[in-house]
Formats: sequence, C-alpha cells, structure tokens
Amino acid sequence: MKYMSEYRDATRVKSYLAELQQVVTKPWTIMEVCGGQTHSLVKNGILSMLPDKINMVHGPGCPVCVTPLHLIDKAVFLAEKPDVIMCSYGDMLRVPGSKKSLLEAKAAGADVRILYSPLEAVKLAKENPGKEVIFFAVGFETTAPANALSVLHAERAGLKNYSILTSHVLVPPAIEALIRDETNTVQGFLAAGHVCTIMGMSEYFPLAEKYKIPIVVTGFEPVDLLQGILMLVKQLEAGTYNVENQYTRVVRPEGNPQARAVIEKVFEVSNREWRGIGSIPVSGYEVNKQYTAFDANKKMNISIAKAEESKECIAGEILKGLKKPSQCPQFGKKCTPINPLGAPMVSSEGACAVYYHFNCTEEPV
Amino acid sequence: MSITKKIKMQLSCPMPKFDFDSINLGHGSGGILTQRLLNSGVFEMLKNDKLDEKHDGAFFSLDGELAFSTDSYVVHPIFFPGGDIGELAVNGTVNDLAMCGAMARYLSLSFIIEEGLPVEQFWQILQSIKYACDNAGVQVVTGDTKVVEKGKGDKIFINTSGIGTVHAAADIRLGNIKDRDAVIVSGKIAAHGIAIMSKRQGLEFETDITSDTINLNFTVKKLLDIYGDKIHFLRDATRGGLAGVLNEIAVDAKKGIDIREKDIAIEEQVAGACEMLGLDPLYVANEGVFVAVVDAAVAAEVLNNLRQDANGLNSAVIGSITGEHPAKVILQSAIGGRRVVNMLPGEQLPRIC
Repeated sequence: MKYMSEYRDATRVKSYLAELQQVVTKPWTIMEVCGGQTHSLVKNGILSMLPDKINMVHGPGCPVCVTPLHLIDKAVFLAEKPDVIMCSYGDMLRVPGSKKSLLEAKAAGADVRILYSPLEAVKLAKENPGKEVIFFAVGFETTAPANALSVLHAERAGLKNYSILTSHVLVPPAIEALIRDETNTVQGFLAAGHVCTIMGMSEYFPLAEKYKIPIVVTGFEPVDLLQGILMLVKQLEAGTYNVENQYTRVVRPEGNPQARAVIEKVFEVSNREWRGIGSIPVSGYEVNKQYTAFDANKKMNISIAKAEESKECIAGEILKGLKKPSQCPQFGKKCTPINPLGAPMVSSEGACAVYYHFNCTEEPV
Repeated sequence: MSITKKIKMQLSCPMPKFDFDSINLGHGSGGILTQRLLNSGVFEMLKNDKLDEKHDGAFFSLDGELAFSTDSYVVHPIFFPGGDIGELAVNGTVNDLAMCGAMARYLSLSFIIEEGLPVEQFWQILQSIKYACDNAGVQVVTGDTKVVEKGKGDKIFINTSGIGTVHAAADIRLGNIKDRDAVIVSGKIAAHGIAIMSKRQGLEFETDITSDTINLNFTVKKLLDIYGDKIHFLRDATRGGLAGVLNEIAVDAKKGIDIREKDIAIEEQVAGACEMLGLDPLYVANEGVFVAVVDAAVAAEVLNNLRQDANGLNSAVIGSITGEHPAKVILQSAIGGRRVVNMLPGEQLPRIC
C-alpha cells in the first residue's frame, strides 16, 4: 500500500485544511468532475471537514450514470439472445433500463458475465466459438484504451465472434457544455486525474483560457483532493485561471501516447447522448469504419423502441451539479439503490448512491 | 489451514478404490450406488458410534441449555486458498453456535451434489470435514446425500445443522448491549472474501492471501470461562462483512455504534487487493473473525486475554456502543472525517474505473 498510505495521512490532511481555512475569504463553488473523486470525498468524510465557504458540487464523471437508457435497453436486448454472452463491468449490471437491468436479465436466464477487463471477454470468445461475445464498453477516456485493445487482440486472433457495444464519453466537451449552460454556477474544476493520465492536459488549456476558469488536475486520495481544492481556491482568490497538475505522480502533461494511439486506431470521435444531460457534440467515441466487424451496434440486428426517461428522476440537474442528491424529492423515498429511478442511484460513483450509502447530508454526522 | 497439515491428512487417509470416477445421479438414488458411495468411504471417514447406528436419525442426550443452528454453503470455487467448502461447512455452523455461547457437539451433514463431481474432489472435501470436526471437537451424527442433474447445481452444496451446549456463564443477547460497551473485533478483516475472489474465473490474480476459516468455539469458551455475562453479545462477521454485522447489531439492538477506521486491522495485501478490485473491505466476508460487545469495565482485560489466543492475535477495540444515533454505525475515517457506514443494498459490485 506504499504510495497510498502517504496520501491518507491525517497530519497532512489537517495541515491542508488549516491552510484552506486561512486562504479562503469568499464563497466558491467547485466541481469535482469524476465520480471516483465524489466517492472519496464522501467516504473519507471530507465534505464535512471543508470550510463552509467551499461548496463542492458533483460532476457528471460517472460512466454508469451517463450511459443513455436506450443503450442499456440495447445491452439487455442483446444479452437475452440465446447465442450471446454479454460481458460488462460490475456496476453496469444494476442500472435500470426502461424495462429491466442486465442483472434482472441475468436472473431470467441471460448469460451475463461480470469482468474486470475486456481482454477476458476476448478469451471467452476464443473459448466459446459458437457464441457471440459482446463487451459492454462503457466509460470515459480511462477505459477506452483497454476496450480498443480488446478489438485489436480479437482481430489478431482472427475472431469473428467478438464485438463491443460502445458508450464512450469524453470529459472536456462535457466540461465545456456545463460551463456554457445558462444555469451554471461552477467557478472552478477539479479535473479527473485518471482521464488525464491517458489524455494529458493539453485539452484543458483552451477551456481555461476561453472561459477564464481555473482547472486543477487532481487525484483521488484525501491528501490529493485537499491539495487540489487548495490549489484551486488559491487561484480563485487570486483571480487567475490556469491549468495546474496536482496529480504529478501519475499524470504527465502529454498523457500516455501509446494508449492514445490504440484509441485512435480503433475509435473515432462522435456526437454522444448523455443520460440526464442530453446530446453533446463530439463528446464520445465509436468504433471506426475499419473495425465495423467488431462493432455490436452495426454487427447485430438490434430492434428496440426508444424509451422515455422517468419524469421523477432529476439526474440531469444532479449531473450538472445544479442540485445535491438530498435536494431531490424522491431521494431515499421512491428512489433507493434497491429500486433506483435513475442511474446516479446505482453506481458506487453515482452522486445519489454515494449520498445514500454514506447517509450524506453534508452536515456533520 | 496450513498446507503441511493438509498434506499430512492426505497421507494418512488415502482415497479408497472407488469403481467410479465421478458422482452420477444414481449415487443419490438411495439404491445400491448410494450404499456403495457411503460404505466405501463416507461412513468410515466420519466414523463414530452414533453414525455407526445407520439409523434415519441420531440418538443422544445432552445436559443443560442447548443451542441449535443451521447454515448452507454454496461457495464458488469449492476449493480456495486456505480451505474448501467442507471445512467451511463445519466451521461455519460451529462458529454460529459459538456466537450463541455454545460448544458445538453434534452436526448433521447434507450434500447436494451436481452430477459429474469427480470422486477425488468429493474425497478431498470429506477429509476436510473430518479435519475440521476433529479440530472443533464435534461429531457428524446424521446426514443425507442428493445428486442433481448437471447444470442444476454448482458442483456441491453442503448444509450443516448443529446442536451445542450453552456455557453455564453465558448470557449473550442483543438486550444485554449497553451504552459505552466496547466493540472488539477479533482479527484482521476481509481475508476470506478476497481469497475467494482471487480464484474466481475472470478475476484470477497472483496472491498468497488465504481464507481465515477456523473454528472459534474454544476461543469463545475461554472468554466465557473468565468473563461470563460481561460478554454481552457475539457475532461472527461472515456474509456482509464487518459493516453488515455492525449494522445488524445497531438496528436490532436499537443502539448506535461509533467505530474508528484506524483501529480496524487488515492485512496489507488484502487492503491492496480491495483497492485494486474497487471493493470496501468493511463489506468483505470473513470466516474466522467475530465481533464481541463487552462491558467497558472488562474491555482491556478481554482484549489482553484474546490476544493470547491464536485466533485473536490481532484483536482490537474498534469502538463503542452509544445511545446517540440509534440504529446507525458511524465511522471516524482515518483522516478524522465522520461518515455513516450503511448496509449494502445487494452484492458489492466492482467499479468501472
């Protein structure tokens, strides 16, 4: 656990908190973009330790939460085919589609497998030549390289029975859409450390410059988060709007060129619908023409009607940081992790589920 | 269980010559094949005078207050680092009785076997059952074997029920839990769940983490011998992990529980695996760890005593009972923040990134 415990050190946390207390003079609204950061802020009890003037709002960086309803319906539709093995990361399974979740499809007999890596799905395809093995390729830039790599592995192995159902989304276009939204209140962003590990920092400079808004690339441990918040507050107080890197032990300014090359080989940038937010231009990846044979969207015959979202779910306002989960009238009542109305109540990175699980009201407990 | 112990067992109990390689539907039919399976190994392995009666049930008499418990074991994979389903099935029920303050005496043992289970694996499981029974001082006195069609089970399911005699000084009830009682955890958490995860298909990772499955009855007896009714409540932190058990106690006893993250012991490798898999160790299953709620006046002594026991070397007081926030478990995080520790809505699912 070396390189982990140092970043959970109570003494360092206290000293950052003390410095924050000294530096902050005005109220500031800060968004942590990534659901992993939301999870850590709440799990470690950081929200209740921050100075009152700092208002943390939680961003759309939960891949499970922003995967559109019709795509989950597609995954369920495909999983229910007798000749399909549907593979997915764990937290996608409980997300409700319009009729059912993948977990419910599994209980009814569909072959749905929880995997940690898409390369395992390629292995499954080799072992099950009579089945179409589909990997539900969900996520931000972080999971894109592994998903793309699985396509290259399948191609190299000459597999004809492997494909991916993509729902890849990109962070910078989402940040821009949030800033441009007329209801936006966010004054500074903690950018997602692991996304930048892959993509680097270059996409964030034009955003900071154009919208005069500071951005700090930040990690996930308590010390990371507090240091990131402190760096951002210092900029906000000084009126500067630079892109800074708190997560230097992992993020290089240029990112990971090899991983990006794999992404570019298999994917192309496309418009993408975000659940709860709507369509954002050039905000996602889909499989490019060269690899259509591995694109479940094109390869499989999918015929499903487009379903309506629940009107009671305010996921859009939650994901844009306009409301806290506890401000939703259905929170903890009609909507719980066992019977979620929307995706943010499902994933352990979804703001609603995090608030519910850790009973977070932001008041000291 | 250490590897050396297991090897010794195998040397002392060579597999008899069966005239079949795997178990089929006929072995559960109640006919000749069933008899052949039982007579060519099972009865011999678990031999005792009550089982030898070969009756529909067992006859015995016991003095004093009794405790009775049952549990079914469906673990996958059936062999895992540090143990197997057989050992688990004995220790699990022995420990459930121990948590009632009882020393397990007699067990029933039922197998539901999926046809095709290699007889060699069945033999290995039987040996583990025998080994665990000897360690816990308990006898299997009645049992049952059923075989289901391929695809209708998962290799083997085991049910054990147990009867035990309650310690004369024990009074272990939710109603005895008082404000300011100390909450003790008997060891490092999350090893069993992670040992199992490390062997699941699709998740295999290199590690030497082993399950903590062990019988806790003698450990508990020692505590009861000295501290009697000062031990207010006991529960083993199996399914649902430490967080699940603490929540059960808080809700059922209508008391609040305050715990400190920094005092909860966890093996570094286990903590690392949990980080990697995106799991919270507080919710990961244990098979050799229990929670003791004890009178604050004897907490330090109990801890000192428990730490002399092989099953309590890493025990620690992790918190206390409070009249505030009834039915809620509140954790002080390692960095000093406070948060609620809730029950999980379902199975803990790994995160995407």
